[in-house]
Amino acid sequence: MTPKREAATTAPAPTDGTRGTAAPPLLDATDVRTAFHTPRGAVRAVDGVSLTLSEGETLGIVGESGSGKSVLGRTLMGLITDGPGTTVSGTVRIGGKDVHALTPAGRRALWGTEVAMVFQDPMTSLNPVKKTGTHLSESLRLHLGLGRADARDRAVDLLRQVGIPEPARRAGQYPHELSGGMRQRVVIAMALACGPRLLIADEPTTALDVTVQKQILDLLRSLAEELRMATILISHDLATVAGRTDRVAVMYAGRLVEYADTAAVFDRPRHPYSSALIASIPRLDLPPHTLLPAIEGRPPNLLHPPAGCRFAPRCDTATDRCTTESPGLTAYAGERDAGGLVACHHPLGAAEEAAV
Amino acid sequence: MTTTRDAPALTATDLVVEFPAGRGQKVHAVSGVSLEVAAGETLGILGESGCGKSTVGRSLIQLPPPDAGTVRLGDVTLTGLAPRELRRARARMQIIMQDPVSALNPRRRVKDLVWEGRSIWGPGDDTRDKDARVDAALRDVGLDPATVRDRRPHELSGGQCQRVCIARALMLDPEVLICDEPVSSLDVSVQAQILNLLETTTRRRALSMVFIAHDVSVVKNISDRVMVMYLGKVCEVLPSDGMQHEAVHPYTRLLLASLPEAQLGSAAPAGPPAAEERAAELPSPLNPPSGCRFRTRCPLATERCAAEEPAPREIRPGHRIACHHAEPRRNHP
Repeated sequence: MTPKREAATTAPAPTDGTRGTAAPPLLDATDVRTAFHTPRGAVRAVDGVSLTLSEGETLGIVGESGSGKSVLGRTLMGLITDGPGTTVSGTVRIGGKDVHALTPAGRRALWGTEVAMVFQDPMTSLNPVKKTGTHLSESLRLHLGLGRADARDRAVDLLRQVGIPEPARRAGQYPHELSGGMRQRVVIAMALACGPRLLIADEPTTALDVTVQKQILDLLRSLAEELRMATILISHDLATVAGRTDRVAVMYAGRLVEYADTAAVFDRPRHPYSSALIASIPRLDLPPHTLLPAIEGRPPNLLHPPAGCRFAPRCDTATDRCTTESPGLTAYAGERDAGGLVACHHPLGAAEEAAV
Repeated sequence: MTTTRDAPALTATDLVVEFPAGRGQKVHAVSGVSLEVAAGETLGILGESGCGKSTVGRSLIQLPPPDAGTVRLGDVTLTGLAPRELRRARARMQIIMQDPVSALNPRRRVKDLVWEGRSIWGPGDDTRDKDARVDAALRDVGLDPATVRDRRPHELSGGQCQRVCIARALMLDPEVLICDEPVSSLDVSVQAQILNLLETTTRRRALSMVFIAHDVSVVKNISDRVMVMYLGKVCEVLPSDGMQHEAVHPYTRLLLASLPEAQLGSAAPAGPPAAEERAAELPSPLNPPSGCRFRTRCPLATERCAAEEPAPREIRPGHRIACHHAEPRRNHP
């Protein structure tokens, strides 16, 4: 990361709400690395991730716990920055602004209006001693400079927009008076309050029931389409991402192992890890008592990640090369569904396609 | 029910569990649930949070005992037993909890945790081959005894802790295993490992199991029969094989319709059209709706549903529903 003083001078002035001048892509992250320094050494939670996202596009980031997906989300947002105990390198540009080169005040101006985040647990994202309406009107007054009454009206509108029945009454209630699904709707309304162009949803439905989960995911999708908002959906659950995103980035041990169109990843996963992960989801069309093809072993310790490909110790197709040489994220040779990237020396389907 | 060949391993009749909620109010957590698990059978209990599925699981093992109803384990009636006799009888039934890390005493080593039940209930001269038997139990659940034997729970991953919990439950050779959301706190790849372990273990030992979870595909995969619960009542009981086509209760259809596509696999939408929900909110178990408890969200609801509670009826062998209006499907795929 560049030193802060220099950064402050190069940072653009905080946004005044005008937009539309930025050139695509909306989000451009290059070689993002986030490391946490612990007494036992540096944990490289995110280790060289590059992503781009255009206006209105949806991206799913999928990985198991400890894969670095949430840290990546927070680094993209600028919630985790270079500082004591943490090293962030690489660049993240949102709407042309380098998030990590901005001053803290510059970043705060970015949050809400350019990029917003929805967190996993809707109870802890809301202040228990503030009414739901206050959560919304607060940011409206701060970021958009609305008056008290206007902000209150707009807050009720937002609650209506996220499908909360009787929004005027709900605005006067405290978070504990709402169910989990309703609270998550309030959190989404908060994220939408200032009309962000990018929404990062970190496990938005993990704490919710299945029927509510579907409602919230449907809501996020329809809002994204309606508001032409780009969305990043971070999840441990491949199934929630399938069919709801344009592209998927599969993370393993801090790195992207596959980055391609969602349909391509689910139909023909190229990386052995994506393939094994998809196979290990119990499916309804399997007869009862089917033994699932589980991935044996555990993800590596990020204090001492294995050399070469990080999935190699658990991979069926690993060779000597995999344990010494780290595969880069490259376009798949002879790729028919263009744009797919995979980090593997022996991507699945390579042999059969070479034969054709 | 499906089987009459043997005496069932576990029978529960008309379980009622209520919790006081202050101001004279009561949470009607479980209201008249009956179930039967045959020897070697796995019964899945499916439902969303607050439907009473965990409370049913806990009242089966008398933690706490139900307010009304009976639980029979083999030929012993657990409800109404004196505490001392209850503890002895209950050793034949074991429970595996959702959060494996907090289910284990953090200050004890794995070998002692696994042996704990045995040291209480085993015969007095049982300790001679303790180490060998603990090692065998750990190997049975796929752990390497040499590495984990002397560790404490915080040194293990969630999946490993759940394996320790399973080894600990199996140490007493139970007849019935109750699993309360055993995989919901685990990652997808670890979840598959634990499900496979439970599957092979129950098969090898001919264990009966009650498997409680909120995930339709997980429950279908491991169960012989599935019981769907909503607000303390049983909606539907049916064989798990082909349940995605056969289920007819509007609530079960709603659960199936909520599944993400990837979990459906090739079983994509079949059966009656997805129940369009009417109200998003779950009614309060403090004051459940009259008649059918699902009627406030049900697309088929009529006045009859508010006035009269639907009695369970059998629509084909082994398939019971509690609904006035749902009809069995005729055209099978």
